[in-house]
Amino acid sequence: MRLLEATAIAKSFAGVQALKGVSFELREGEVHALVGENGAGKSTLIAVMTGALAADSGTLAVRGRLLSPNSPGLARSLGIAAVYQQPSLFPDLTVAENIAFSLERRGLWRRVDWKARTRQARELLARAGADILPGRLVGTLSMPEQQIVEIAKAIGADARILILDEPTSSLTGYEVDRLFAVIAALRGRGAGIIYISHRLEEISAIATRVTVLRDGEAVATRAVAETNRDELIRLMVGREISTIFPKREIPQGGVVLETRRLGSRAAGIRDVSLSVRRGEILGLAGLVGSGRTQLAETLFGLTPADSGEIVLHGRPVRIPSPEHAIRLKIGYVPEDRRRHGVVGEMPVAENTTLANLRAVSRRGMIDRACECALARQYVDRLRIKTDSIHAPAESLSGGNQQKVALARWLAIAPEVLILDEPTQGVDVGSKSEIHGLMVELAERGLAIIMISSELPEILGMADRIAVMHGGAVAGTLSRAEATQQKILSLALG
Amino acid sequence: MRQTMRHVMLDSHRREISLVAAILAIAAVMAIAAPGFFTWGNERDLVMANLPVLIVALGMTLVILTGQIDISVGSQFAICSVAAGVFARLGMPTPAACLAACLAGAAMGALNGALIAYARVPSIVVTLATMVALRDGLRWVTEGAWVADLPRTFQWFGRSQAASEGIAMAVAALLAAGIGWGLRHLAAGRAVYATGSSARAARLAGIRPAHVIFAVLALTGALTGCAAGLNAVRFNQVPANAGLGLEMQTIAAVIVGGTAVTGGRGGIVGTLLGVALLGIIGPALTYLGISAYWERALQGGIILAAVAMDAVRVHAREHGSLAAERS
Repeated sequence: MRLLEATAIAKSFAGVQALKGVSFELREGEVHALVGENGAGKSTLIAVMTGALAADSGTLAVRGRLLSPNSPGLARSLGIAAVYQQPSLFPDLTVAENIAFSLERRGLWRRVDWKARTRQARELLARAGADILPGRLVGTLSMPEQQIVEIAKAIGADARILILDEPTSSLTGYEVDRLFAVIAALRGRGAGIIYISHRLEEISAIATRVTVLRDGEAVATRAVAETNRDELIRLMVGREISTIFPKREIPQGGVVLETRRLGSRAAGIRDVSLSVRRGEILGLAGLVGSGRTQLAETLFGLTPADSGEIVLHGRPVRIPSPEHAIRLKIGYVPEDRRRHGVVGEMPVAENTTLANLRAVSRRGMIDRACECALARQYVDRLRIKTDSIHAPAESLSGGNQQKVALARWLAIAPEVLILDEPTQGVDVGSKSEIHGLMVELAERGLAIIMISSELPEILGMADRIAVMHGGAVAGTLSRAEATQQKILSLALG
Repeated sequence: MRQTMRHVMLDSHRREISLVAAILAIAAVMAIAAPGFFTWGNERDLVMANLPVLIVALGMTLVILTGQIDISVGSQFAICSVAAGVFARLGMPTPAACLAACLAGAAMGALNGALIAYARVPSIVVTLATMVALRDGLRWVTEGAWVADLPRTFQWFGRSQAASEGIAMAVAALLAAGIGWGLRHLAAGRAVYATGSSARAARLAGIRPAHVIFAVLALTGALTGCAAGLNAVRFNQVPANAGLGLEMQTIAAVIVGGTAVTGGRGGIVGTLLGVALLGIIGPALTYLGISAYWERALQGGIILAAVAMDAVRVHAREHGSLAAERS
C-alpha cells in the first residue's frame, strides 16, 4: 500500500530550479533511502513534504488523500514527521515539556497535567529505546540524546511517515545500532521511513529501496538488494558540466603554504597535510560538514590549530588570530558574505579598506581622498555595480557584495587567498566574472584555496583537488585524474 | 552618478536634517511667542545645564554604536562628583581633582568593559548591577552627606564664573570635535562601526571586537568623570546624589540623534543635535507659560517618533521598497 506519493514536484528559488518534477513514493513498512550530492534537492523535497515549503507544481498525496495546499499543520495531522540533523528543541525546557509541546492540545488556559506529561514522556522514550529521564533539561543532553527525543516526539505524534535527515551523522556505533532497532520496530508497525544519509553502507544495512536525486531530478529508484555503492555514486554524479570555465594553464611556482598533520580539536579537523603553490588553485571538495570551512578558519586564525604545523614560504608559523593571518598576507572570503564577508551597513569604500587601513592612512589618520581613490580603482577593476562607493554594502546584489569582499582582500596584496564557496547564490554573469578574476589572480602569483560544493566548479577551476571527509583529507587528485565520481567516492568515505 | 551620489548623502543625513528643522521650528515659535527667550544669559544657562548630558552622550554614542548600552553612567557621575570634591578638599588643585575624577570614571568604565567584553556578560545586566551597586555604595560611604568646606579655589576654578564656564564649554567642544573626527578619520573609529554592525564580520577583517567594546566603555567612564568634574565646580558644595536619571537623558539624546540601538549606524553630529532638541524643550515650555509637566511627555513623544522613524526605515530597506523608491 502506498503511504505517500509525490508526483512531478517542481520548486524554484529566484530563478534556480531546485526540483524539476520529482516523483517519489513511500510504501508501508519500508525504509526508503534518499541520496544525492550537496544541492541535489533533498532538503527542498523534504520541506515540500512537511509543508514547510509550497511546491510550484506537482501533487502530494498521503494514502490517496491529496494535500493541496500542504501546510505544516496538515502534514503533521496526516502523520508526517521529520527529524533533522540539528534537533530543533527548546534547550531550557525539560524533555517531558518538549515532548508535550507538540503533542498536547493547544489553548492558553488549558491546565497542565504534569504527572500525565511525565508518564507519557517516559513511555515514549522507552519506545524509542532510550534511557533518558523526562525531567532533564534538553540543553544538558548530548546531540544523539536530543535526536532520540525528537524521534520520541514523532512516535508520540503517531507518525506514519517518518523522515530522518542524516540521523546518524553525530552518533556512535552503539547508538546507530539502537536507532536502527527503533527504525525496525516502527517498520514492523507499518510506518514508512524516508532515510537521508551520505553513509552508503548504512543504506544497504537498513533501507529497502533507494532513490537517487541529482540536480533536482529523481534519476533512479532501485531496490537496495539490486544495487551497489559504485552504481549509486555513478548515478549521483552524472551531472553535466554546462558552464565553460575560463581556466588557463599557469606555470606554477614554489610552495607558498603547507600544512603538516594540522589539527584543531575545537574546529574538528585532524591530520590535514596539504600544500598550495604560487599560481595554483587548490580545490577543497567534500560534503557539507566535512571540515572544509573549519580548515579555512584554522588557517585564518579563527580557531587556531592545536597540533601539527603551518609552513609559510618554508618557515613554520603560528596563526593564533585573524590579525596574524592578515599580517602574513593570508586573505579569507567567508561563505556567508551577507553577514560575514562585508559589513552590511558600511559603505563600499570603507568595506574595501577595512582590512588594510594603513595603506590609506597618513600619520595614523585615514586619508579619505586616498581611500575613495582606492575603492574606485577596485570598483572599476572588479566591475562592481553600485550606485556610489558611498552606498552601504548591503544595498548591492549578492555577486557584487562578493566582489566587495574580494576587493578587501586584494587590497592587502595577499599571497594566499582562501575563498569559501565563492560563487554560491551568485548570478551566472557575476559567477563567470569571479572565475575569470581567480585565474587572473593566480597568474599574478597568488596561491588560491577554493572551497566549493559544486563539483563542476571544482573540476573546472582547480589545478589540484583535495577531498575532505570527517575533518581529514581523504585524498588528493590532480586535475588530470579527477572525475566527479572519484571525488564523490572520496567524499563519502 | 552625481545625482545618485547626492541621494546617498541625503539619505544618510536624513536624521540630522530633520533635527535641525525641529530645532529651528522651536526657535521660530519662541522668536514670535516669547522673544525674551533669546538672551545671552539664558542661552548660556541652557548650555551649561546640558553640558554634562552632552559630554556623557559622546561616550554613550560610541557604546551604542558598538551595539552595547551603559545605564550606570548616572551612578558613575555621582561617584566622580564626590571624588572631585574629596580630592579638592585633600588639597589637590582643582584641575587635578577634575582629572582624578576622570580617572575614577575610567576605572569604573573599565570594570564595566571588562565584564562585558571579556567575561561576556550582557551589557544591560553588567551596567544595571554597577548602576545599583555604585549608587548604593556611595550612599553607604557618604551617608548622604554633601561634600562641603571646599577650598575657595574650587568653585569656578577660583576664577570668574564667565571664565570657568568658558573653560567648560571649550573642553566639551574639544571632546565633541575630537571624538567626531576620530570616528571618521581613525582606524579605531572604523573598528567601532564594524563591531556594532557585525562583530563576526569585524573579527574576519582582523579587528578585535572585544578590545573595541572594552575601550568604548572605559572611555565613556572617563568622559563621565570629566563631565562630573566640570559640573561640580559650578557649586561650592558637591551633592552625594548627582546624576540621577542621567543615563536615560543621554541614551534618549543618542537615539533621537539617529544612532541605531542595534549598533553600526549613527554619529556625533546627530547626538549633539539630539541633546540640543531634548534640552531646549523644558526652558521653551517655561517661557511659553506651559506647565513643566509637559516636558517629559514631549520628550517621550520625540523619542517615540525617532524610534518609529528608524523602524520604518529598517522595514522599508528589508522589503526593498527603498530601492524601488530610489529608481
